[in-house]
Amino acid sequence: MDCLKSACTGKFGFETAIEMVTLSNITKTYNKGVVKAVTDVSFTVEAGELFGLIGPDGAGKSSIFRILATLLRADSGQATVAGYDVVSGYRHIRNQVGYMPGRFSLYQDLTVEENIRFFATVFNTTVAKNYHLIEDIYVQLEPFKKRRAGKLSGGMKQKLALCCALIHKPTVLFLDEPTTGVDPVSRKELWEILRQLKKQGITVVVSTPYMDEAAICDRIALIQHGKILSIDSPEGIISTYPGVLYAVKAADMPRVNQVLATHEPPFTGYIFGEYIHVDSQGAASRDAATDLRNVLTKAGLRDIEVKPITPTIEDCFIKMLTT
Amino acid sequence: MGCFINWRGKQKTVDSYQLKEVKQFATFVKKEFLHVLRDRRTLFILIGMPIAQILIFGFALTNEIKNTRIAIIDHAKDNASRHLIGRIAASNYFRIQEDIMDEDRLETAFQTSDIKLALVFPANFEDNLSRQHHAQVQVIADASDPNSATTLTNYISAIIRDYQVELSGQMPLPYQITPQIRMLYNPQLRGAPNFVPGVIALVLMLVSVMMTAISIVKEKETGTMEVLLVSPFKPVWVILSKTVPYLLLSLVNVLSIVLMSVFVLQVPVEGNWLLLFAESALFIITCLTLGIFISIKTKTQQVAMLVSLMGMLLPTVMFSGFMFPIENMPVLLQWISNIVPAKWFYSIVKSIMIKGVGIEGVWKETAILCGITLILFVVSLKSFKIRLE
Amino acid sequence: MTCTETVISTEKLTKQFGDFVATNEITFEVYKGEIFGFLGANGAGKTTAMRMLCGLSRPTSGKATVAGFDVYRQTEQIKQHIGYMSQKFSLYEDLTVQENIRFFGGIYGLDNRQLRSKSDALIERLGLEFQAKKRVGDLPLGWKQKLAFSVALLHEPNVLFLDEPTGGVDPVTRRQFWAMIYEAAGRGITMFVTTHYMDEAEYCNRISIMVDGRIEALGTPALLKAQLNEQSMDGVFYQLARKAKNSG
Repeated sequence: MDCLKSACTGKFGFETAIEMVTLSNITKTYNKGVVKAVTDVSFTVEAGELFGLIGPDGAGKSSIFRILATLLRADSGQATVAGYDVVSGYRHIRNQVGYMPGRFSLYQDLTVEENIRFFATVFNTTVAKNYHLIEDIYVQLEPFKKRRAGKLSGGMKQKLALCCALIHKPTVLFLDEPTTGVDPVSRKELWEILRQLKKQGITVVVSTPYMDEAAICDRIALIQHGKILSIDSPEGIISTYPGVLYAVKAADMPRVNQVLATHEPPFTGYIFGEYIHVDSQGAASRDAATDLRNVLTKAGLRDIEVKPITPTIEDCFIKMLTT
Repeated sequence: MGCFINWRGKQKTVDSYQLKEVKQFATFVKKEFLHVLRDRRTLFILIGMPIAQILIFGFALTNEIKNTRIAIIDHAKDNASRHLIGRIAASNYFRIQEDIMDEDRLETAFQTSDIKLALVFPANFEDNLSRQHHAQVQVIADASDPNSATTLTNYISAIIRDYQVELSGQMPLPYQITPQIRMLYNPQLRGAPNFVPGVIALVLMLVSVMMTAISIVKEKETGTMEVLLVSPFKPVWVILSKTVPYLLLSLVNVLSIVLMSVFVLQVPVEGNWLLLFAESALFIITCLTLGIFISIKTKTQQVAMLVSLMGMLLPTVMFSGFMFPIENMPVLLQWISNIVPAKWFYSIVKSIMIKGVGIEGVWKETAILCGITLILFVVSLKSFKIRLE
Repeated sequence: MTCTETVISTEKLTKQFGDFVATNEITFEVYKGEIFGFLGANGAGKTTAMRMLCGLSRPTSGKATVAGFDVYRQTEQIKQHIGYMSQKFSLYEDLTVQENIRFFGGIYGLDNRQLRSKSDALIERLGLEFQAKKRVGDLPLGWKQKLAFSVALLHEPNVLFLDEPTGGVDPVTRRQFWAMIYEAAGRGITMFVTTHYMDEAEYCNRISIMVDGRIEALGTPALLKAQLNEQSMDGVFYQLARKAKNSG
């Protein structure tokens, strides 16, 4: 990446944003157009960015990743990675991207060490050469280096896969759902690793169905049914949330849910952890908080707590899906 | 976007690049060996199977031939018939059922499977032979098992012809030579020399076609192919590297089969060992190419296995000539048999092992095999995909 | 909720693979109609414990009963009285919605008339009338999971084991799914759930957190948060699971 920086400072000056990944009007269908996986998707990822593709399974994330990794051809639209077209320049792209598919794609019958060594050679490099990149992960894997990859736990498998995708110091890293099925602790660790990689200058494009992970990205694209709902920084997306969101809690939560749903006009709310999140747009008057409190008190609920909150990405996603 | 030129600018010299490719290829091959070695059970089967097949074929076949019960009804009871009966009795293949003396009992004896074969001498057998130089014997075989019936009638006619040759003194009988070819090179009339080349063809089909196809498709199924495709390593090499362990394993199998046949079944290699192995290597390459082709066209291990078994193994058994004689097949099937590589290989190995023929005797078959391989290779290359679709 | 009747009960339940103790003397009880969250890091021993409770794996030592049946001797009865649904396998993708319902109903011995009425009722309840003849593989993931959930309940089990039922499902469907869990629990069916979504841990009546084969915490979400002085379940989980040693 050093070479990239020096090259660009020379040509463009210091703060030039480089488009590392671009998609314009990408559409992909399967079964001769019957299944629409990706519809008219466009976005760009700048060099050095940590970009998140956030959406549930089946939203089209993997198709986008495969198109960028030169594994699939889009029906229409253009895409580039590191300046090369994904169709005509596939060979160049394959030389400098790291790709981690959605399912575990290493050799289960080879040991941790054998897998890493193998992928290092495939990518024309050695483990020693880029050790600094994988060091943080490898330290955690080291105790199990003689263990076969198939016998690792979910979190460790993903760390190993990441290690193998990183071994050749890619300029762009495509990670398709690296945290799916991984427990929250390992998930945090994986995201910490991604942040470190970003610091080393690697552009990271990552997808996840876990909305809470979106906040760690520089920018995110929310995606559902093959269409982009919104692209912005997490803060940007949150700031565009229309109206105010309230977190409501009382002693008997199922009853709260019932009261809110049967109220006329009904409040739009949904459970969220220990609270119920209520959208202010459903409230009758401007002061929704007072409204809510009154309604719940009238229903005889105790220990009522109503507070305005900053929406999370998940709230924003729900809002976009329901309107 | 100009800055990208700088990264591309890192041109490697051709030599170091090639060196790297060789190193990569070696790593791939090493990985393939690890896969094969890790799966002990499959490895054991692959190495043990040919040995087991040789033993089963070898001993099952020889036993059957040695103890065939035959009924002889002699209406002539003259010198010639007695001579001939004596020869049949002397051969190890038949045991004469003495209790069956007339045609009436034949039917029931066949039905109860007491006999497989019957020989009827007409009256005046010797008379006809000496005066008209022409006599007839009736050979009745139980053709419910057509294969053994054919074999047995072949054996009995061979014995009769032998006797005939002896009767005619030194006079050559050219019109009798053609149907005798198989027995000429296999004077003891044993089955082993015929099935050894057949087993080699079968085993190579199994190891080279099926295992190669499965091992490549497995990478597709587990998703590792996805990762390999997104690497600078040329996809074609990915696939070629997978064939190396099976090439070696196949050669080991050929060696073990040949050694087994020489030392256990006492079927010597009459021709050149080196030529035998060179031809085997050629056939292995044909098989590997077939395996690659199947792996390109299929998506799951199950399908790959089914295609290999039904599409490759079955034709090998049917059309190579080692189970069913091709000459007896309808013309259409005979034509089809020509595109089955195993047919040509079977004929090559038979010639080398049993007839002791050199390259001059098998060049035609070798050329055909080369042609098939080349076509398969080109078709595979054409249909090879650098992407997932 | 009156949580008196015990549906699952274990005492020092242990499973060992060679030297490795996958599940180490776990003791807990789950009550009728309860939503019990069974949490733990990957490799903490959740799957092993679940397999023993489903009668699929024989414990090394300890005691356990599920729906009143012993996990050593009465595994067949256990299987009749539990349901199981996981994210990985639940329905046959190449069979239609209707065929799946009838197949799974048939496995549990429902007769033809029951099958017909139940499958019609189920399809109607899920609003899948127009999809009944569609292959399950063609349904969106959310629908698949809802359908799988309902199919797992066809034979009215006492306990339903849910192994990461909502992984990868969109947030709206995920909540609809939880509404279904609540509804079933309300009918008295015990829900035994594993999840990696920590907000879902809050929806459970009680949760247990496994670390290195042991149950390190057990109680209501509120209790656990108070005990460990954390604001969220996320914090509770993190604090406990970080201590794990054999995370490989």
